[in-house]
Amino acid sequence: MSTQLAAGSTRPTKPDELLRLDGVAMHYGRGETSVTALAGIDLTVSRGELVAIMGASGSGKSTLLTIAGGLTQPTSGEVVIEGQWLSDLPSAQIAILRRRTLGFVFQDFNLIPTLTAQENVTLPLELDGWPRRKTRTAGLDALAAVGLKDHAQRFPEDLSGGQQQRVAIARAIVGTRRLILADEPTGALDSATGEGVLRMLRDRVDAGAGGILVTHDARHAAWADRIVFLRDGRIVDENVRDHPESLLAGRRTI
Amino acid sequence: MSVRQSLLAILDQGPCYGYQLRTEFDRRTGSIWPLNVGQIYNTLDRLERDGLVAKGDTDEQGHVYYQITDAGHDEVTSWLSSPVVRSAAARDELAIKLAIAVTLPGVDISAVIQVQRRGSLRTLQDLTKTKNASGEPESAGDLAWQLVVDSLIFAAEAEVRWLDHSEARLARASAAGLMAPMQLTLEPPKRGRPVRAAVDNDAQVAGSL
Repeated sequence: MSTQLAAGSTRPTKPDELLRLDGVAMHYGRGETSVTALAGIDLTVSRGELVAIMGASGSGKSTLLTIAGGLTQPTSGEVVIEGQWLSDLPSAQIAILRRRTLGFVFQDFNLIPTLTAQENVTLPLELDGWPRRKTRTAGLDALAAVGLKDHAQRFPEDLSGGQQQRVAIARAIVGTRRLILADEPTGALDSATGEGVLRMLRDRVDAGAGGILVTHDARHAAWADRIVFLRDGRIVDENVRDHPESLLAGRRTI
Repeated sequence: MSVRQSLLAILDQGPCYGYQLRTEFDRRTGSIWPLNVGQIYNTLDRLERDGLVAKGDTDEQGHVYYQITDAGHDEVTSWLSSPVVRSAAARDELAIKLAIAVTLPGVDISAVIQVQRRGSLRTLQDLTKTKNASGEPESAGDLAWQLVVDSLIFAAEAEVRWLDHSEARLARASAAGLMAPMQLTLEPPKRGRPVRAAVDNDAQVAGSL
């Protein structure tokens, strides 16, 4: 469908839409030994929206995330990031789009140990050739947004696990980046620290980013606006948090 | 029931009148389980009957102050130093529903589970949103409220996990051909209380382990 238009073209999407998957399928191998990881996924993520993906191991959660982030090309279907059809773009341009638009947050933080928190955060901007001063300001802004401005010059080993994960979130929103793709981001953290990271993720999404949170933990998924269940590569259910009722009688306002 | 011990623990801090106890209980438990004044006075009557509190002075507004006794103080100490033991056989509405549903013909048990999971997740999302909206605790009262909300959140999470587990278990059972619905039995039920006796036996076995 999309191949009719010239490479790099944009087509209309909803103004707030950051990511769209249209009929995304992923098969590994061919013929009788072919394995279906994803079977026709439709999903959108808009600004201000956090979508949780839940499912058992092998349900396709992580595959979905790598496809959404343009790291893997689906067997069929379309991935649209900020109005750009990835199938229209050569791989070099996908890499640029990825660098400018989205950031990954992984379970094991994935910070570069020889770089400071600030350098880790600004790495994508430097690769993009931003001027030094602008890079510095953007890096500090992103670190301030996750409450770590004072830790800008520290190295990962001098930060706690929770702080390292907040640096990873800062890296995912630095500069023009606004789509956070998080794969079990609290997996390596204790429960209370993990909650702080989720609170920060929620906070950044409320400030205008969009996010996908892959998790197998219902308590973590509950921070999302929508919870999507995957089973055998298909979306089997979706929970939307539209108008939360107050469940707690007599809750005073602080 | 912990209301009794909670009121006693508050009275251990000094004499209180009924309405004051209600306010103290509410602010120390995040106002999540509001008590009515009737419950408070019923509880105070029983505490007085059991010799754990005694009626004290009455102030000019007619408030009757209750005072803790030595036995009451001992009760508070014992409450704080011992675990809360939940009855293992406490009725659980959801567990009963699933157990019954699995024995009925023509019931799509995985649909029952999915409907419930959606509902439980909704609860979990609402609780999480409520907690997120309140920010970091700034007082002991906030902290008490958050502890209670966390407890509700963990309970909802446990429910979702139990549903996931049940779903997997049922899928295995179905594959093994164990999912035949139960027919109504034609044998007349025996009189007496056989089920209860079985439970008591189990409890004795568990107790002797």
